[in-house]
Amino acid sequence: MNTYQPDSETLVDIYRKMTLIKQSDDRVIGAMKAGRMRMPYYSARGQECIPAAISVLLTDEDYLVTIYRGVHDMLAKGLPAKLLWAELAGKATGSCKGKGGPMHLTYPSKGCMVTTGIVGSSMPIACGLGLASQLRGEKRVTIANFGDGASNIGAFHESLNLAAVWKLPVIFVCQNNQYAEHTSYSKGTSVAKISDRAVSYCIPGLHVDGNDPIAMYSAAKTAIERARSGEGPTLIEAMTFRFNGHLIGDMGEYIPKAEYAAAVAADPYPKYRSWLLETKQASEADLDAIDLAIRAEIDEAEAFAMSSPPPDAIEVKRDVYAYEIA
Amino acid sequence: MSTETKAPANINLIQALNWALHDAMEADENVIVFGEEVADPEGGGVVKISSGLSTKYGSRVRSTPISEMGFMGAAVGAAVVGMKPVVEIMLMNFVAVCMDQITNHAAKLRFMSGGQTHVPMVIRTMTGSGIQNGGQHSDFLEAWFCHTPGIKVVMPSNPVDGYGLLRSAIDDPDPVLFVEHLKSYFAPGIAPERGSKIPLGKARIHKAGTDVTVIGYSRSMLDIPPVAAKLQAEGISCEVIDLRTVSPLDMETILTSVKKTGRVVVVHEAVKSFGVGAEISARIHEALFKELKAPVQRVASNDSPVPYAPPLEAAFLYSHADIEAAIRRTLA
Repeated sequence: MNTYQPDSETLVDIYRKMTLIKQSDDRVIGAMKAGRMRMPYYSARGQECIPAAISVLLTDEDYLVTIYRGVHDMLAKGLPAKLLWAELAGKATGSCKGKGGPMHLTYPSKGCMVTTGIVGSSMPIACGLGLASQLRGEKRVTIANFGDGASNIGAFHESLNLAAVWKLPVIFVCQNNQYAEHTSYSKGTSVAKISDRAVSYCIPGLHVDGNDPIAMYSAAKTAIERARSGEGPTLIEAMTFRFNGHLIGDMGEYIPKAEYAAAVAADPYPKYRSWLLETKQASEADLDAIDLAIRAEIDEAEAFAMSSPPPDAIEVKRDVYAYEIA
Repeated sequence: MSTETKAPANINLIQALNWALHDAMEADENVIVFGEEVADPEGGGVVKISSGLSTKYGSRVRSTPISEMGFMGAAVGAAVVGMKPVVEIMLMNFVAVCMDQITNHAAKLRFMSGGQTHVPMVIRTMTGSGIQNGGQHSDFLEAWFCHTPGIKVVMPSNPVDGYGLLRSAIDDPDPVLFVEHLKSYFAPGIAPERGSKIPLGKARIHKAGTDVTVIGYSRSMLDIPPVAAKLQAEGISCEVIDLRTVSPLDMETILTSVKKTGRVVVVHEAVKSFGVGAEISARIHEALFKELKAPVQRVASNDSPVPYAPPLEAAFLYSHADIEAAIRRTLA
């Protein structure tokens, strides 16, 4: 794997995406704690860097499939914050008209094709998106996100095999946050590194610090270029940590305190901000301006979500099939 | 099997479905076919329904690894971006290993995305008892899918319907489970007119009658007509309905017939309990309770796994005598 050095503009773009994800997450949790919103919410706080660094390498034409912990992936790929918030609030103006919620976010015009609530199921679908691109002779790539727990389900193995046999333009991104729901990595996974499983399918397996934007960018660029040139799939294991448990309300008693404290101390977000300033990729004023602009964007998103109407009851009859059911 | 070939008067369901796939692939380049052994080097499908397709259409037709969850999900993904996959699950019991992709994804993505995506795919599969395939290669599991909003279930009984329904299933904007019956494959029938499509959700009056409505689909349409013919000789007039599409049910055709006859027998090979017959019976009772002259009767298979030994297989499946007895019960 080569190390690529993104230019300052790209680095700042990664920061902008991380900020959007972090601020949105903080605000959603705040709204839930204040009782303004209620939902099954799987926070990706701590994992911002992974989709931010990948998505600066993608276009709207590229496809993305993700899982219930996927708000960060969707925001980075371009799901507008307003439509996200309205969907989380279960409003008619949400991206899915309030019919999907946090586990089924979809926004095809930015390539956000499917969010699944079923562990492992993003990967077979990604193979199909890749197959469509391959048959049509397009240069699109598909990003399939999933967690470390999903690498133990059959769909992972079937998908890597199928993608390898058919040389599909799919990048399998395992966001290894080290806990499968409440079960620690080593209790459920036979290998030291999930990326080692790529060997079984004769495809590259890249193990990378997912909280390091440059390492993540480099791995993603390597895999995306391979996929775009028709050489086939790559498995990326991006090491990370989730700060807010499996689901909001999970107190994380199963995580050793020292492990949690160390992970929070290594929070990639403030670390990256400091690095950008130290290396003079951006000025404090630049970053402050981004923070403020995003705060305004989230303010607007929240206001839009709160002021939007709920879906009409007739909607349960619509979108079951192409026609409205009786 | 080009379209220029002059159609013979009689063909079987295998040939009809092969024609439908050839014609659909010719008509729309988004139609793709995959499943285990479907390409010509692997045999063109276990009963050769996809014969000739890979030779003509190349990479649009692929034999897959034995990996139903993987390739079913691939069909979902391809369909979401406008391909029209026709995937083959070799035997219906194998849907159990890929149910997640069918029921959690194919059937629900349109709804969960608020209509932003939809899944225009067809799942072809075959099944049926009577050839000693035992408990994991013979089941009729259509009720599982009829109980899943978002997917349609089509079950043809003859070559004309098979051709026309498969063409419509491929055109349909929503996922369709297309269930074929092993014994029906080889029964000769009138050849379909190529290009002639049959709308989904419309039953067919196989034989008009006045005394008892007998409703079947798939395999039971091989068994009902001889019983109806026998009773006709006694002056008992059966109206025989072939549902063709099991979900959504064509209640208009069913209720119109029942208003006339006041008596109903439903016949299917699937096991009896919690099945399609129960749903049809319930709907008829809800709509026409006061017009019924007898309780709706169900004729179906024994509530057990499909057995292996021929005498047990025979005891598992309903008999012609069971159909006859059920019809007579409605007249008692």
